[in-house]
Amino acid sequence: MTAGRAMTALAALFAAITLAPLLWMVSVSLMQPGEAGQFPPPLIPADPTLANYRELFAALGMGGFLANSLLVSTLATLLALLFTLPAGYAFAKLRFSGRTATVQILLALLLIPGQIGMLPLFLELKVIGLVNSYAGVLVPWLAGIIGIFLVRQYALSIPDELLEAARIDGASEWDIFRHIVLPILRPAIATLALFVFLGSWNDFMWPLIVLSDHDLYTLPVALASLGRERAQDIELMMAGSVVTTVPVLLLFLALQRQFIGGLLAGSVKG
Amino acid sequence: MSGAGVRAERRAGWLFSAPALLAIALFFVLPTIASLALSLTDFDIYALADIRNLRFVGLDNYAALLADPLFWTALGNTLWFVALGVPLVVIVALGAAILVNERMVAWRPVWRVAFFAPYVATLVAAAVVWKYLLHTRYGLVNYALGTLGLPPVDWLGDPRWAIPAITLFVVWKSFGYAMLIFLAALQTVPRELIEAARIDGAGWWARLRHVILPAITPAAGLVAVLSIVAMFQLFAEPYVMTEGGPAQSTVTVLYLMFEEGFQWWNLGTGAAVAVVLFVCIVAAALVPAAAMRLLRVRRV
Repeated sequence: MTAGRAMTALAALFAAITLAPLLWMVSVSLMQPGEAGQFPPPLIPADPTLANYRELFAALGMGGFLANSLLVSTLATLLALLFTLPAGYAFAKLRFSGRTATVQILLALLLIPGQIGMLPLFLELKVIGLVNSYAGVLVPWLAGIIGIFLVRQYALSIPDELLEAARIDGASEWDIFRHIVLPILRPAIATLALFVFLGSWNDFMWPLIVLSDHDLYTLPVALASLGRERAQDIELMMAGSVVTTVPVLLLFLALQRQFIGGLLAGSVKG
Repeated sequence: MSGAGVRAERRAGWLFSAPALLAIALFFVLPTIASLALSLTDFDIYALADIRNLRFVGLDNYAALLADPLFWTALGNTLWFVALGVPLVVIVALGAAILVNERMVAWRPVWRVAFFAPYVATLVAAAVVWKYLLHTRYGLVNYALGTLGLPPVDWLGDPRWAIPAITLFVVWKSFGYAMLIFLAALQTVPRELIEAARIDGAGWWARLRHVILPAITPAAGLVAVLSIVAMFQLFAEPYVMTEGGPAQSTVTVLYLMFEEGFQWWNLGTGAAVAVVLFVCIVAAALVPAAAMRLLRVRRV
């Protein structure tokens, strides 16, 4: 079994290299100000401190940015579910004229990156009056085509007889969706919610464009802006990175089975 | 089924999909088409203040772009990212997938999560971390090179090294996702087939070369297309790590669009950049498909 041992060691080495940047981030965030700027670079804080976090939250308004990010990601998730679930189900199971053509058009639209329309979208939101507001940040999450296909893919497995039986019993289409379809779709709902939450939390370019008010910044925008003012303060910047990314890393660790399973299922079928 | 039931189902179909379709039309399709229209105007800060200052200029923005050295720099930089990054992502992801799929390896789910973690990490935060990892004097990367006896490299300060350095970061950040695609493909290779090859005396390398690799060629094509598209969309990486520098050596096409549009408020020019970017992405995404067709023809 030496070949197995060697390959396990190789996997462990590769994993250690992969995780090193994230572990180093946490370690440096606990160092005294200035400690990381030495040679050779220290790996472990000699005298661990929370001073960097204290400065972030007490003097630099990190708590506000954290709250902003939580709010934006929660709203993005709820709105995406609200818009995507009925549409994904309708495209899978409801027979209506124009459905096939619509699905094909949506598939073609998947090829167009969202950034292509960013400038006109900005102008459009300026006309509506949504620039520099969370409504403006949330707008792209309403138009998530990938989410529609994720739900549709899952909804295709619902047996037609189940829906027909409910119809014969006199249930309205809304009742069927609410009481029969949604419970079946639960795994797809969880996967979609996780993807949208992580995606909106990590999103940078669009919030950077839409939000001009410093107090409205989400964590990535605030961190990038802090990085331009305090580039020399390595320990402070690492603490800011920890606050920005550790919430989603923990969420991923807690739900990794679902997350990776959802991605694997999607790529097998897709 | 009754006529009323069919009508109810049809109505529900449209009602259920209408909100999403409306949002897609308003906030995705309309802006995308409008980009094309906007690129034919001289929309700038004056038009932003008063729309009456807007003029139709035909293809002038495109002509100006083709005459602008910065546009060619941005395009060249972006292609350099693609040429360097895409093969690296394919190789690293495939290696990771083979390791994680190999039954001899212990604790495979643990390694899988570790390899995937960077993909989940917030891009801006990870870019900030790597900016310091790549620091010339205090960075871990140069320290590691030093222990191997290699001289320090000014990763983000030297125009020759800035793109390889950012590519290194991008590969680290994104190979986990490509690994999952390979993993999904590897799991479709029947164990019996691999066993049969082994019994026939094929070694580990021969099994990889003749049984596993042919089965995952479509997955490799998919990974290549997705990485190409992703490499054309680099923005936050240079924005956070180098601000497009040094000497504009990391300005990407998308970065140029952002600067033209939202820094200088030349929205007409910015839209022209967006249209060019779209054409480039479509053209580049066709390359792996064409290569695979060629490969298939040769094998037959």
